Amino acid sequence: MKYVLLFVETEKFSEELQAMGPAERERAFEKVDKWFAEHADVVRGGSKLQAPNTATTVRLDGAEPVITDGPFVEGKEVVSGYLEVDVADLDEALRMVKTWPGCPLVEIRPLES
Amino acid sequence: MEASHDELARVVREHAGRLAASLVGLIGDFTAAEDLVQDAVVAALTRWPTEGIPDRPDAWLFTVARRRGLDVLRRESNYRSKLAQLQWPVRSQPDERLRLVFTCCHPALSRQAQIALTLRVVCGLTTEQIARAFLVRETTVAQRVTRAKRKIAAAGIPYRIPTEEELPERLSEVLTVIYLLMNEGYLATAERAQRRDLVDDAEWLASLLHQLMPAEPEVAGLLALARLHRARSVGRFDPGGRLVLLQDQDRTSWDHDAIGAATRLLTRAAAQHRPGPYQLQAAIVACHAEAERWEDTDWEQIVVLYDMLLHLAPSPVTRLHRAIALRYTAGAEPALAELDGLDTALDRYHLYHATRAELLRQLGRSDEARAADRRALELTANPAEQALLQERIDWA
Repeated sequence: MKYVLLFVETEKFSEELQAMGPAERERAFEKVDKWFAEHADVVRGGSKLQAPNTATTVRLDGAEPVITDGPFVEGKEVVSGYLEVDVADLDEALRMVKTWPGCPLVEIRPLES
Repeated sequence: MEASHDELARVVREHAGRLAASLVGLIGDFTAAEDLVQDAVVAALTRWPTEGIPDRPDAWLFTVARRRGLDVLRRESNYRSKLAQLQWPVRSQPDERLRLVFTCCHPALSRQAQIALTLRVVCGLTTEQIARAFLVRETTVAQRVTRAKRKIAAAGIPYRIPTEEELPERLSEVLTVIYLLMNEGYLATAERAQRRDLVDDAEWLASLLHQLMPAEPEVAGLLALARLHRARSVGRFDPGGRLVLLQDQDRTSWDHDAIGAATRLLTRAAAQHRPGPYQLQAAIVACHAEAERWEDTDWEQIVVLYDMLLHLAPSPVTRLHRAIALRYTAGAEPALAELDGLDTALDRYHLYHATRAELLRQLGRSDEARAADRRALELTANPAEQALLQERIDWA
């Protein structure tokens, strides 16, 4: 099944990124690169999304990932990028997103088939 | 009448859950399978009260479901091959029912959808019964169920048991749903008959889960909690339907065999040394259930259990209950001091104000006590609790 992963940045996340030194930022980017390399076989392109009521949001800024129904709604949060992935089902997409080392919010949306 | 209704509910619950599980497994389409089962359940609820429960309720339900399935396949040819495989007896592996429960309680569904789906698909309740239990409109329940089913299909929520690494989180979703059902039913018993079925459903789900996952101590803990509540339920109301406080209850009316069995279940679970919120709550209820008289209550132990519970699952409501126990070990003053830290979090919770009222009254501050009771009265919609608080305001 194909999903789009919408990567969402928060103000706090941008500030933290700003505050990083060059070496620290380099390490953060390396983690992201590593994540991309690990999932290269399921990453595809971009496409049309289904309605927001099909959304599932995973919040990663707590001790444990928290999964909720519906799209994110809080505060100043912006979609900073997206990926199309082709995986077996929602659980596989969730497993993949739980290891995402970047921004604190990722929305998983199934594609119109 | 009551007894036959209970029997009917039990039979439907048992067999509808089995049938749903095997049909979803076989057809592979959650919505189609669920529709087939629901039609069969509605037919059963209409016909069994007058015709009697058939000798083979499972076969009866299957026949109705299959007949309805044949109608569907006449319109939609892609069900043809799937329904062709449908032979009696259908398989009903325990694993399949477990898959069904986990799918209904998937974390990508809202809590309300999880509850409605579980009651409908696993317990075989109709939308009308669910609406009555939660005092919401039937169309609301129907919408929740429809949306949830659509999301399962559209978002690709799989029909399977979670992997080892997902299990703790997924199991906790399932246990939460059962716990909420139990609380909803337990708190609502003041409104009697209508909502009592939820406690039965919760206990049944917990015992099903325990059969399927006997090694999970929190599952056993939740089942013990449900059984302990049930064992003491007779004493909670007087013949006029009024709430009786724990300290005034007739303890001889409790089901002491059931209390013993639940306590043994809990002891076996505790022996695994994997404590959790449900085991701890059950242990607290067991402390009350095992005390022969109110005066024999082991409050020291109860405070220790609340401390452990707060460590694992901190919440203002748990701190409130700990403060109530503290009254009997340390006294009213320290208990009241504990409550003072909770005023923001629990300002809209009637039990917070009712507890403050009792402590204030014990300390001789009766004007403040009466004001706190009035505030509590404003905040509860439960008629039995209202009656109790009104009485206190009038007489104390």
